[in-house]
Amino acid sequence: MLPISVISDCLGLENQTMVIDSICRRSLRRSVLTLILSLFGFFNLMWASTTYADSGDELVQTLSGELSGKSKADKIQAIQAIVNSDSSQKGVWLQAILDGDLFVEKKSGIVVFAVKNDKQYDLISAVDGSEVGVVKKRALRKISIDNSIRRYLKSQIGLLAIENKDSAVRLAAINMLSDDVDVESLERIRVVRVKEADENVQHAMDLLLFTHDLKNGSAKQKEAALNFADGKLDSELLNALKVVAEDDSVPLLSEKATNMLLDAQSKRQWYSRVEQVFFGVSLGSVLVIAAIGLAITFGVMGVINMAHGELIMLGAYTTWFIQQMFPAAVNYSLIIAVPAAFMVSGLVGILIERTVIRHLYGRPLETLLATFGISLMLQQFVRTVVSPQNVAVINPVWMSGSWAVNPALSLSLNRLVIIGFCLLVFASLVFVFTRTGYGLQMRAVSQNRQMAKAMGIRSARVDALSFGLGSGVAGIAGVALSQLGNVGPNLGQSYIIDSFMVVVFGGVGNLWGTLVAGMSLGIANKFLEPWAGAVLAKVIVLIGLIVFIQNRPRGLFPQRGRAVED
Amino acid sequence: MCSNKLSWKVGAGCIALTTAALSLPMSAVAADTIKVGVLHSLSGTMAISETTLKDTMLMLIEEQNKKGGLLGKQLEAVVVDPASDWPLFAEKARELIEKEEVSVTFGAWTSVSRKSVLPVLEELNSPMFYPVQYEGEESSKNVYYTGAAPNQQAIPAVDYLMNDIGAERWVLAGTDYVYPRTTNKILEAYLMDKGVAADDILINYTPFGHSDWQSIVSEIKTFGSAGKKTAVVSTVNGDANVPFYKELANQGVSAEDIPVIAFSVGEEELSGFDTSPLVGHLAAWNYFMSVEADVNDDFIDAWQEYLDDDERVTNDPMEAHYIGFNMWVKAVEKAGTTDADAVQEAIIGVSVPNLSGGYSTMMPNHHITKPVLIGEIQDDGQFDIVWQTNGLVAGDAWSDYLPDSKDLISDWRAPLSCGNYNVKTATCSGQNL
Repeated sequence: MLPISVISDCLGLENQTMVIDSICRRSLRRSVLTLILSLFGFFNLMWASTTYADSGDELVQTLSGELSGKSKADKIQAIQAIVNSDSSQKGVWLQAILDGDLFVEKKSGIVVFAVKNDKQYDLISAVDGSEVGVVKKRALRKISIDNSIRRYLKSQIGLLAIENKDSAVRLAAINMLSDDVDVESLERIRVVRVKEADENVQHAMDLLLFTHDLKNGSAKQKEAALNFADGKLDSELLNALKVVAEDDSVPLLSEKATNMLLDAQSKRQWYSRVEQVFFGVSLGSVLVIAAIGLAITFGVMGVINMAHGELIMLGAYTTWFIQQMFPAAVNYSLIIAVPAAFMVSGLVGILIERTVIRHLYGRPLETLLATFGISLMLQQFVRTVVSPQNVAVINPVWMSGSWAVNPALSLSLNRLVIIGFCLLVFASLVFVFTRTGYGLQMRAVSQNRQMAKAMGIRSARVDALSFGLGSGVAGIAGVALSQLGNVGPNLGQSYIIDSFMVVVFGGVGNLWGTLVAGMSLGIANKFLEPWAGAVLAKVIVLIGLIVFIQNRPRGLFPQRGRAVED
Repeated sequence: MCSNKLSWKVGAGCIALTTAALSLPMSAVAADTIKVGVLHSLSGTMAISETTLKDTMLMLIEEQNKKGGLLGKQLEAVVVDPASDWPLFAEKARELIEKEEVSVTFGAWTSVSRKSVLPVLEELNSPMFYPVQYEGEESSKNVYYTGAAPNQQAIPAVDYLMNDIGAERWVLAGTDYVYPRTTNKILEAYLMDKGVAADDILINYTPFGHSDWQSIVSEIKTFGSAGKKTAVVSTVNGDANVPFYKELANQGVSAEDIPVIAFSVGEEELSGFDTSPLVGHLAAWNYFMSVEADVNDDFIDAWQEYLDDDERVTNDPMEAHYIGFNMWVKAVEKAGTTDADAVQEAIIGVSVPNLSGGYSTMMPNHHITKPVLIGEIQDDGQFDIVWQTNGLVAGDAWSDYLPDSKDLISDWRAPLSCGNYNVKTATCSGQNL
């Protein structure tokens, strides 16, 4: 029984977030196998090796043909046979089938657990835990399942664990049960519910039971369930409420259900507005973080840098590179990636400024063409050196999943982190600009280069550093954006136009303008989207922007300075 | 760089620069060879998918040469780079056919690039093999469609969801261009035909490379929480898929609740994903790398050896090129010449092994027969095949579910020799829609 408890421990985490799930699965796989091995080894030491296996343990072997066959009906029957057996190993088998770890060796027909070890697979017998050997993947046939079998397996594994000692495991187990549990299992849950002490588990069980009662219960059960459902927003409950509301046999109940439905719907609507604002702010923060580097190079220095997007891309590739270097520390990789990406993109930026842009100050068209050329070169460089394919950047666990405020509103963690990160970067830049000597010099040079020079500021050095700062911030943006979308050679292109849009809209040379512009464009986009569709929403925003710029060519917050006087 | 988004601003510079950046055709002039054109983008947005196909072609040609070439001559690949720039596809095709005098071309990926090449091929009467699944509604004398037509991918996929998964509500999500729009039009008509109410179908289009899926996923979630089993049929194009699936996972939409079936996500695309959020979602293709067949194992070995990389994956369009190339070789051998008309006559009815252990045949409408497979994404980036058609499905150029095309048939054999023959009016319009 030991392996099951390990599985159950992991179940405690499962369902909360996908990645926890996968990490758990991976470590689970390892621990299950080591446990199985040690367990069997232990038995072997204690007793003569063959005595422990009772007939139930052979079950999975006798079913191997059905399990690995092509017929889905046979497969389901075989799995049901495992579920209904009293083999002590059934939990392990079911979990292994669910995780895709159970295989049949083609030649011998033995059912095995297979663990990838370099390019080979280590095999461990599913019957007695003995090591069977090492083979290539081709020698194995996987016992594959589809979504309907996966649902069934999860329900069954959940049912095995509803009386576990650990309340977190029980909660996960209940959440694993699908809505269409059979009546027998429901009665079992009813019995367990009476003894249940943990509040969260009680709630999860009630939710399942009362939803069922609303749909199929007696009038008395329905009334109790309605009392429970009052004020709740879970969509299963609301769907069940609909069933009651449409059933006229007991008018009192249907009327009550209708009122509750209306009430719940208006609440849900309110939450969906909140959600929309959140979506808008999070899109806005993406725009701001992508544009803020440009707000320095274009806004403050007046350089039209078409390679800005590629500097973002370099930052994203730095993140990938660091994850490749330290595969064990994926969860912390972002913390190292932020300064690393700043350095990489910043240095590339300084290099571009010193070698190309420096010679083109005051000639915007040439700068545009030259930096556009650089952007193509950087893209092709990545395509040649790394690969034309996208690379996979992994989301750390603490950025996956969502924070459920209530059943009608949940905010995804990666978006929350990026909003926070964006504000942090913004605040630090504002600090650098307004509170440091270097920021003062930079503003001086941008407002009046000749005067600043006359005051003893080395304007060339300030130019290089400012461009480096703007580029470095673009690199940081790359780290953030690698968590949301693709990392590939074309990554920069998707952000360059948006970035220019935000900076121009906000008013050239103004960090606050960039923040306000990014946020308002994001929110406008997200409010238009459900109504107009994603394509049209973007078009409308662009048209609005053009009209705005025509009326106020200097953007939301016009800046006085060199750019204006030129 | 010449993406749709940028073009108005930097269009002029873009054209100038890409023209300058073009690579020269790498043809070493040999005395007596048969030239094979390879027209796949090696730079720009589509390079991600198309470079693999270029490598596939080079490998197939090398293998054929090892076997003694064709008609006693060696094959010579002429590779050009149309740089993901649609008009450039036409120019490069002309260069291949007129200047390089290739006997056949293998190329194109997006429908718009195929449409761009089409007039050139027809004008110069030169054959091209097109290896990617597409929206149908086309049949050219000079194009051989070795990828799937909608009835070889989309319709069986919907059948699977309807019959095996029990889906009752449908989200048709796609990128906003010709392939998803036409496919969704066909699917909508098909679903209505099967008795699905209009309220139970949600159609949604997004721009190329869409990265912010929050509100759309939230809409899908709401749509799917109405108590009926919901499925998403996704024609979302390449790059936009990663953020889409990530958002699904983040908002807690699992494959068991709302399965997403994709027509553009294959092994190659998955190799750029962190696949853990995708497990259990589906894809419909005519080939998966995980197909259990000896011929497939051999092909994978040859491919990984050719690139000297045993992590490289194979995918459906590669199989299409494999089939198309072998069909062309067989037709040339049968005709005894590489002359376009003779090959065209010879190739109809030619049967060659496909990689899933069966045979594919060239049909009179220039489409081929293929099995249809449904696979579930696994955490190693491979697919588990959960369903497949009993036999082979013949590609249908003109959909039976669209009012404009249901009376059209295509048959390039004499005496009909027409790609769009209207059986009602008994006329050949000569037009592709």
